[in-house]
Formats: sequence, C-alpha cells, structure tokens
Amino acid sequence: MDTQPVIKLENFSKTYVTGEVEVHAVRGVSLAIMPGEFVAIMGASGSGKSTMMNTIGCLDRPTSGRYLLDGVDVGELDRDELAELRNHKIGFVFQGFNLLSRTSALENVELPLLYSRNRVGSRHQRERALKSLELVGLGTRAEHHPNQLSGGQQQRVAIARALVNGPKVLVADEPTGNLDSLTSVEIMGIFQELNRQGMTVVMVTHELDIARYTQRNVVMRDGRIVSDQRVPNRLEAAAELEKIKREQQAVQLAP
Amino acid sequence: MILLATLRIAGRALRRNKLRTLLTMLGIIIGVGAVIAMVSIGNGAKAQVEAQIAQLGQNVILILSGNVSRGGFHMGFGNAGTLTHEDYEAIRREVSGLTGISPEVRTMAQVAAGNENNNTQIMGVGTDYINIRSWPLADGVNFSEQDVRTANKVAILGKTTATTLFGEDDPVGKVVRIKSAPFIVVGLLASKGMSMMGMDQDDVVFVPYTSAMKRLTGGTVFRSFNAQAASPELVPDVQNQITELLRQRHRIGEGKDDDFLVRTQQEISEMATSTSRVMTVLLGSVAGVSLIVGGIGIMNIMLVSVTERTREIGVRLAVGARSRDILLQFLIEAVTLSLAGGIIGIGLGILSSRLLSIQMGWKTLVSVESIVIAFAFSAAIGVFFGFYPARKAALLDPIDALRYE
Repeated sequence: MDTQPVIKLENFSKTYVTGEVEVHAVRGVSLAIMPGEFVAIMGASGSGKSTMMNTIGCLDRPTSGRYLLDGVDVGELDRDELAELRNHKIGFVFQGFNLLSRTSALENVELPLLYSRNRVGSRHQRERALKSLELVGLGTRAEHHPNQLSGGQQQRVAIARALVNGPKVLVADEPTGNLDSLTSVEIMGIFQELNRQGMTVVMVTHELDIARYTQRNVVMRDGRIVSDQRVPNRLEAAAELEKIKREQQAVQLAP
Repeated sequence: MILLATLRIAGRALRRNKLRTLLTMLGIIIGVGAVIAMVSIGNGAKAQVEAQIAQLGQNVILILSGNVSRGGFHMGFGNAGTLTHEDYEAIRREVSGLTGISPEVRTMAQVAAGNENNNTQIMGVGTDYINIRSWPLADGVNFSEQDVRTANKVAILGKTTATTLFGEDDPVGKVVRIKSAPFIVVGLLASKGMSMMGMDQDDVVFVPYTSAMKRLTGGTVFRSFNAQAASPELVPDVQNQITELLRQRHRIGEGKDDDFLVRTQQEISEMATSTSRVMTVLLGSVAGVSLIVGGIGIMNIMLVSVTERTREIGVRLAVGARSRDILLQFLIEAVTLSLAGGIIGIGLGILSSRLLSIQMGWKTLVSVESIVIAFAFSAAIGVFFGFYPARKAALLDPIDALRYE
C-alpha cells in the first residue's frame, strides 16, 4: 500500500480564460508524493504554485492531464463529490487562518465534522474536536474566540480543524505568511511532529528558510517544475526554537 | 440531521446583528400585522352583517311589490303597490312547503298611553309574522286569525316602545292610542336589538294588517310579504312556486319583466356579505403589498449578508460543505427571519385588532384561517426572497470565495 503515491499528478495543466486571454497557469506537470512525505512547493508569484495547491486540495480540477488523490481521479468528480473529498481526505491550512469569527475555537474545529457524510453525534463531535485541539496544544483554549487568540494560536486552531476528520493529506497555503519568525518555527514544529506521526504534508511557501523544515522542495517557475530535490540539511524546529530563544535572551541581556 | 446544526448557525448569524435583524423583520412584522388586523376588520363586519340577516328569521322569503318603470327608469322594488290581498290569499292557499306567510304594512304614527307618547313604527302584519321572524313574545299572546279577519284593535308592543310608554309596568291588557284610535295591548315582544342600519328594532308596534290598512294607512295594496319555507331545501322550490303564481295572477307574458321580486334570505345575505367580502379583499391586498415590500427587504439584507460572509462561505466550502449545505444555511436564515417576523406580526395584528375594537368600537374577528395563512405566507416569502441570495452563496467558487477581501 505504501508504495502507492497519495498524490499523483500526470501531465497536469491548468488554463484560465480571462476575457479573451488564455493564461497557462500550469503547463504539463507530473509529480508524485508518497504517503508520509513533507513537501514544500516553492516559487515566485505567478509560478503556478497556488494553482498546484488548489488542485491538490481538490478546490479545482485539471484542464488536462490527471490528478489522482489516494487513487481517485479527481478530474471526473462533480462539485459535490469534490466537496466530499475535501471533507474526508484533505485538511486545509491557510495563510490568513480563515477561522469563523465570533465562534469558539472548539466550534471552528468541529466545522468539518458538520459537513461530514458519516456524521457522528454532537457529543462525539466535541470529543473529537477537543482531541484535535489538544494535539496542537490548545486543549485549554477550546472556548476562546479567534479574537482572543494570538496569530500562532489561531493558526494552531486552523491546524486542529484540518486534522479533525483524519485526512490523508494536510495542505497548507503559506501557513507562516502572517506570523512572526518565532511563531513560524513553532508552527513548522507542529507540522514536523504530525509528519513524524505519518501525516503527509504539502505546503506552499515562498520563504526559503521555512522550506528547509520540509523533506523535499519542489520549485516552480512559469507553470513548470524547475527543480525537485531532497532537502540536504533539514532544520529541526525544536532545535531552531531553542536557538531563537537563546538569541532573544542574549539580545535582551546585551544592553 | 444537519438541519439542527444549520438552524443553530442561522440563529447565531441573526443574533450577531440584532439591530439589523430587527429592522429586516420590521417589514414582515408590519405586513403580517396589517394583514391580520385588516382582515379581522373585514371579517368582523361580515360577521355582523350575517348575524343581522339571521335575525330576519330562518328560510325566509321576501316578496316585494312592483318594480315599476316610468319612462324607462326603474323605480326600485317595493314602490308600486302591486301585491294585493288576493295575491296573499292565493299564495297562502296554493304554494306548498310554506310554514307561514304574512303581509307587511308599515307606517309611522304617534302612539300614546297616558301622558306619554312617541312617534313609532307601526307594522301591520299577519299572525305568522312573529314566527317567521323568530321573534318570541316576552309576555302576553299573539293576536288571532279572528283579530285579523275582523280588523280588531289589538297591538303587540316592542320592548322600547313599551318602556317609553309604560316604564317598568306590564303593558299587557292596557290601552294605547295609535293616531287616536285605542288599541288593546295583547303582547310584548322580546328585545331584538339594533338592525343592520343601526335602527332600534324594538321601537315598534305590531297590529293586524287589516287594522293597519283600515284605520291607519287607508291603503288596499301591500308593499311586501314575508314568507317562510319549511326547510332550507324547500326554499328554491317555494321561491319558484311563488314567482310562477304571481306571474300568472298578474298576467305577465313570456319574456316580460316581473312587477314583483321574490328574494330569499340566502340571496339577501349573499348580497350583503359580498360587499363586506370585497372590503376584506381590498384591505387585505393593500396590507399584502407591505408583506411583499418586507420580503424585498429580506432579500436585500440576505444579499448583503452573502457578500459580507463570502470568506466564511469559502471556508465552509473548503472544509467540505456542499452547495446544498450553503443553500440550506442561507435559506434557513431567510426563513427564520421571515417566520420570526411573521410570528411577531401575528401578535401585533391581534393586538391592534383588539385595540381597534376597543378604541373605535368596530367589531373585529381574528380568524384562525388568517393566522395560518399569514404564517404560511411569511414562510413562503422567506423561501421566495431568500432563494436568490442563498443560491448566489451556494454557487460561489470556493477559490474565489477564499480569496475574497
């Protein structure tokens, strides 16, 4: 089973038509991601990485080529089937967190369960949401609303939400884009920990130092993959965190 | 199963913006309230008319004399004295299915007793009259066939007349003078209250029609007969028989207009209630317009809400909400708005119809029917005006929605 890629793009192209102009966002990309991998998709804006992301996250379908998610051909699914796939197999983490305001962390995490086809009772729902929050270290903040949480905490709620339905793949779109460097490393630590437990993580980022926490970097330019290689000396979030904290202490002590 | 959760989401979204929610509902509240109040006024008027027509008696058939035309103008029924005593006798003798028939002669005359006197409606009637009108006697007896035949000077007093002339004393056996002619009071009528036109029906004196014609009016023809059929089923048949008989007796040829009119109580009541029905429909539809305006208000706010919450919709779509989940969410929100408005409006409508009947003295009748219709209508308005915004939300592209600023 493990030899089967969880994400498989075959000659994937995406073309947008805006007015009379055709925009070739992605031009014939093939990519396979095995279960348990931690991949960063990188590139400048306009490189096609967001389009890749949207397709991998089943928000969109290929114009041509095939996309197999866990063996399912996404191109042949309709809108509702895509929604179901997103619900069960994908966990999204966004740059802007995208939590529902004036809604408690717990209820935010429960959201995907609400739309799950095999729904569980509301008590069971709460249990699962709480367990998911504990996994990201926010078990005690379950009743807090997003505006009562820091950016890092909000992103952790978003990760808990992504995890609650037991997805195959965690899809993160610039997850550290709105966070300071320390919090970014914390978030990367969570991803690394989840990855260690076997979760496949695909992350889009344009920050090189963030990409160094992953195992594999895919670099895109003009809708094509220009490099795809293992990360040579991968950063460990826990160790980096220690380092940053020491540095900060040093700065504080210096004057 | 998802319905309950969706209801909770809708409830929360509406609570979040209380003032806006209230203002949005206001249109529906006013609309439903107005419909309920207006229809209650219309229904009240109709019920009043019906009650008064029922006072005429049961299965009553009115026979009105002549609709003469002078120079092409019809002068209205009851104006020409085309009904004779012979007509009366013939109907009485030949028409089957009648339980009673009585001529009616009306005149105003001064009625006096002792020092008291009053200008009162004098009705010359037959012995059947009080039965036809289902007008019981409070005291004394009806006058007899003998009294009618011999034009005896006997009278039955209405409640008001009796009180005016005799105060609290029992009038039976006493003498009243009508146009100076002494009449012996044999009976006292039970109170009947106000008529449709707001006149006191109890200010009346009944005398045998023969006496009235001989001593008071001097006429020889009648303006109308009151007849009563034995059962409601017999009414049309009796009506036909009377019409045929009178046409024959008055020698009216084929295709010529009748010089009389036979009206059943049913027809009279239909005419009267159709007027008040028109009023009800008119008032109701004016109020209904405000309901539609309220619906447009809901649509407006729902459209704003969908735009405001585009990102939320995007998130929901991203985590696996299907189009119909989003559709349902916004539809339920709109329906909740309109239903809540409808319920408050029903309360307001009942309250204002109460106030109207207390303050203005109008009879109002809040029917269960109008409440149920108003409730269903406000739900329908929610669905109708909520559908377009909800559909707009449901068809959003998840990528665009997530990127929406």
